[in-house]
Amino acid sequence: MSPKESNTETMSIFSPQLSARFDVLVAKYPVKRSALIPMLLYAQDEIGYLSDAVIAEVAERIGITQLDVRNVATYYSMLRFKPAGKFNIQVCTNISCMLRGAYELYERFQDELHIGHKGVTSDGVFSLEEVECIGVCCWAPAIQVNYAFHDELTPNDVPKIISEYKSKANGSVKNA
Amino acid sequence: MADVTFTVDGKKLMAPAGTLLIDACRKAGIEIPAFCYYPGLSLQAACRMCVVRQEKVPKLQTACTTTVAEGQVFVTESPEIAQARKATIQLLLGNHPLDCPVCDAGGECELQDMTFKYGAGESLYVEAKQHREEQQWSPAVYFDRPRCILCYRCVRMCGEGMDVYALGIQNRGVTSVIAPNGGDHLDCEQCGMCIDACPVGALTSGSYRYKTRPWEMNHVSTVCTHCGDGCKVTLGVKQSNDGTEIVRADNRDKSGINGDFLCAKGRFGFDFVESSERLTKPLVRNAAGKLEPTTWEHALRVAGTKLKEIRDNQSGKTGGGDAIGVIGSNRTTNEENYLLQKFARTVLGTNNIDHDRSTDYVSFVQALAGHEGKIATLRETASAPAILLIGGNPTEEHPLLAWNLRTNVRLNHARLYVVNHETIKLERQAKAAQGVPPNGYKDVTTLLDQQQSEFAKAVMAEDSLLIIFGQEFRGAQLKSLVAWGLNRGNVRFAYLGDHSNSRGAADMGLLPDLLPGYVPVGEAGAFAQEYSGLPVKAGKSQAQIFDAAREGKLGALLVVGANPAKRAGVDPANLNGAFVIVLDLFPTETTALADVVFPAASLYEKTGTVTNTFGDVQLVKKAADHAGTKPDFEILVRLAGSMGVDVKTLVPFGKGGAVGDFGQSRGAQAGEADRHAVWLTANGLEPKVSPFDPLAVLDEIERLVPAYKLDRLNLFAGNDVSTEPGFVPVSAIASAGSEMIAPAHDGLFTSGELGRHSAYLSELNQYESRELAETAAD
Repeated sequence: MSPKESNTETMSIFSPQLSARFDVLVAKYPVKRSALIPMLLYAQDEIGYLSDAVIAEVAERIGITQLDVRNVATYYSMLRFKPAGKFNIQVCTNISCMLRGAYELYERFQDELHIGHKGVTSDGVFSLEEVECIGVCCWAPAIQVNYAFHDELTPNDVPKIISEYKSKANGSVKNA
Repeated sequence: MADVTFTVDGKKLMAPAGTLLIDACRKAGIEIPAFCYYPGLSLQAACRMCVVRQEKVPKLQTACTTTVAEGQVFVTESPEIAQARKATIQLLLGNHPLDCPVCDAGGECELQDMTFKYGAGESLYVEAKQHREEQQWSPAVYFDRPRCILCYRCVRMCGEGMDVYALGIQNRGVTSVIAPNGGDHLDCEQCGMCIDACPVGALTSGSYRYKTRPWEMNHVSTVCTHCGDGCKVTLGVKQSNDGTEIVRADNRDKSGINGDFLCAKGRFGFDFVESSERLTKPLVRNAAGKLEPTTWEHALRVAGTKLKEIRDNQSGKTGGGDAIGVIGSNRTTNEENYLLQKFARTVLGTNNIDHDRSTDYVSFVQALAGHEGKIATLRETASAPAILLIGGNPTEEHPLLAWNLRTNVRLNHARLYVVNHETIKLERQAKAAQGVPPNGYKDVTTLLDQQQSEFAKAVMAEDSLLIIFGQEFRGAQLKSLVAWGLNRGNVRFAYLGDHSNSRGAADMGLLPDLLPGYVPVGEAGAFAQEYSGLPVKAGKSQAQIFDAAREGKLGALLVVGANPAKRAGVDPANLNGAFVIVLDLFPTETTALADVVFPAASLYEKTGTVTNTFGDVQLVKKAADHAGTKPDFEILVRLAGSMGVDVKTLVPFGKGGAVGDFGQSRGAQAGEADRHAVWLTANGLEPKVSPFDPLAVLDEIERLVPAYKLDRLNLFAGNDVSTEPGFVPVSAIASAGSEMIAPAHDGLFTSGELGRHSAYLSELNQYESRELAETAAD
């Protein structure tokens, strides 16, 4: 089980750009494993989630065991081990948002999408998550869809947001 | 570091600055409870049980991470501290079931003890406890999740201690859980150290779980019978229908040569004693040519009469002592080995005695003869500052040595240098490693002397050096390595051999040309006076004995605890009707050829001493009892008795011939004094009262074998005491026989005949080969 150095370039599951980025990251810190968390985040952005293959390759690049990677990754709720939807809707329910109606907003999303916390719609377009503070308290209640923010929302804004992203999803399918 | 003075509970204590408070207190007899703290492993400070009050510090401090300094004042027991610990236990019991009556660890659980002490029987938490089903992670390890208190001991033991890193912690907070590396199973060395370290019943052993309650066992500390390291193993024994049964083997009191460690073989490989294939009745070949169970009296009479007849028949081709061969064991005690060679030499009148030689101790001891203080004890491998390991694979074949080396590197920053023809796991701890071709070990010293490589320079720059070498070294090559080391100076040696008492077999003279203590038979010295009728000519080796059989010159063969038919590949037809007597635990290829078979006791069923490959002698204590078997010692004494021998000439028991004759009656110079009685008196020892007491022979060994000057107080207290091969006389004749060495190379789950009869080791072995096959397929 000794972690071995090997040529990950040839069999990388990541894009050449990300591979190159990882090569820089791994060499950046005094201890290789310091690069672990950023690597997992970038890998998740590209692949969508931390698959077994992602974990295996990250472990190999850093020279630690896969168990070590899992020990760290499972600690963080923002790292996931199952695919999310194409658009991951994250509804903040911390205090500012909660006081300004985050739960009504969250329930409306559940009703419209017919999924609950960490659920994924059957077409794979949306997933829903209740998350901790996303740092937009002054325009609460706020949500984050992938990396885009929507703030000062009311439950009535929900259908518009959903249809906006649905058309984006359809568009991308046509383009693809 | 300099000593500092500090106060704990009003007592002034002293310890080197920087000592952990918990260690300093424990040394002073003040117990501080802790779950996560484990001496030698990294600090965790996870359990908060060891909290103490330190003067002028606002909050309670954890004793496991507080280092002592001058003038500090601590309180370790107070109502405040008791309340804090009680609260901790309440939290730990949040999900931990209080099902101690059905828990495997009930009665030896640290959480149970602490709950008893601090009384957290009632809890402020009213939430329902979360239950999870138990999981089997491997044949050896079971995990019961709700019982786990997340002390991380197993994780650190597996990672830091074993260098396996098969256990981890996943998730966070209340959902944290210990996780195995295989997802739902463990890919590891199956050492069971995680089970040993677990303070509660979360990790349990496949071989022991739900078999009994801890308080229903008696615990006997003895020496493991499997490899040449000789770990102390504590056997939990219980009365059963056919004797005393071994229920568990573990490292209960951690007081032995092995400290915290015990490997899979020691922990799980004891079940061979209960194998249904065990021989339990003497067997004699009947007129129809079949082995038939019989009584001890009959079997002894048949064997004794025949041996006597062959010895006394000087006319025939297969008569006289020279027509008898004796093959001894690598697993019997020193006393039994000594008695066997004395029986062969004085009763059977032959030097035709040998054993299955797996390690060239003869060359090793000859190379060291006359050089005192050059042999390393096993304990030194855990403290030596610089170690050169040439050949061998300790991780597989000497697990305790590997543990010691890892610990030494981790805790003392020892410098380990590895020379090997393969990549071995210990290179991960090594400061430097050097590869050699399989036949290149002879060039190692030249390589070091030349100092061309960084490796050689680093090794030669070391002030002192502990050289540990494997069975790759034999004969002249071994001698030249030792000579090189002696010449270099400040060097100690250790030679890695197989089996629990291979060293003892060689030390006790199971050799055709050497008496106990490697005294040549031709220059017998003191033995000439002690052993009446000692043949002066060197006898036949194992191979020569079978050659003689092929030529029809072998009248009788006595085999004790060995399987030459398999190891040496003996064809039954080539025995030419030699009368074969075998003492063994199991039916083997050799017992199949026998005319008389005696069922022998295993090492766990007898008393005596064994010598590990480092020359450390330890006391073997009888733990179990298997109905129908007898220790080899007793069988040999009875066999001699059945030949009409005065047993007192074999085993010095009881008062000597003339009561209290110290030589006064006939004069000491006449050489007729009762030397043994004189020696016993001089050493303040009582004569042993039974001819079956192996310690009577231990007395004689100590008297006649200079290397075995044993520290008895320590030996009988259960400690390891070292021998001194430097006391072996420098011998004029070089013993041949290095070419006869055939290493056994038993691995983590194999142990010769014993391993084959251990269902548990077979299962682990299969499990591991499956793992390997899967890995290879990936």
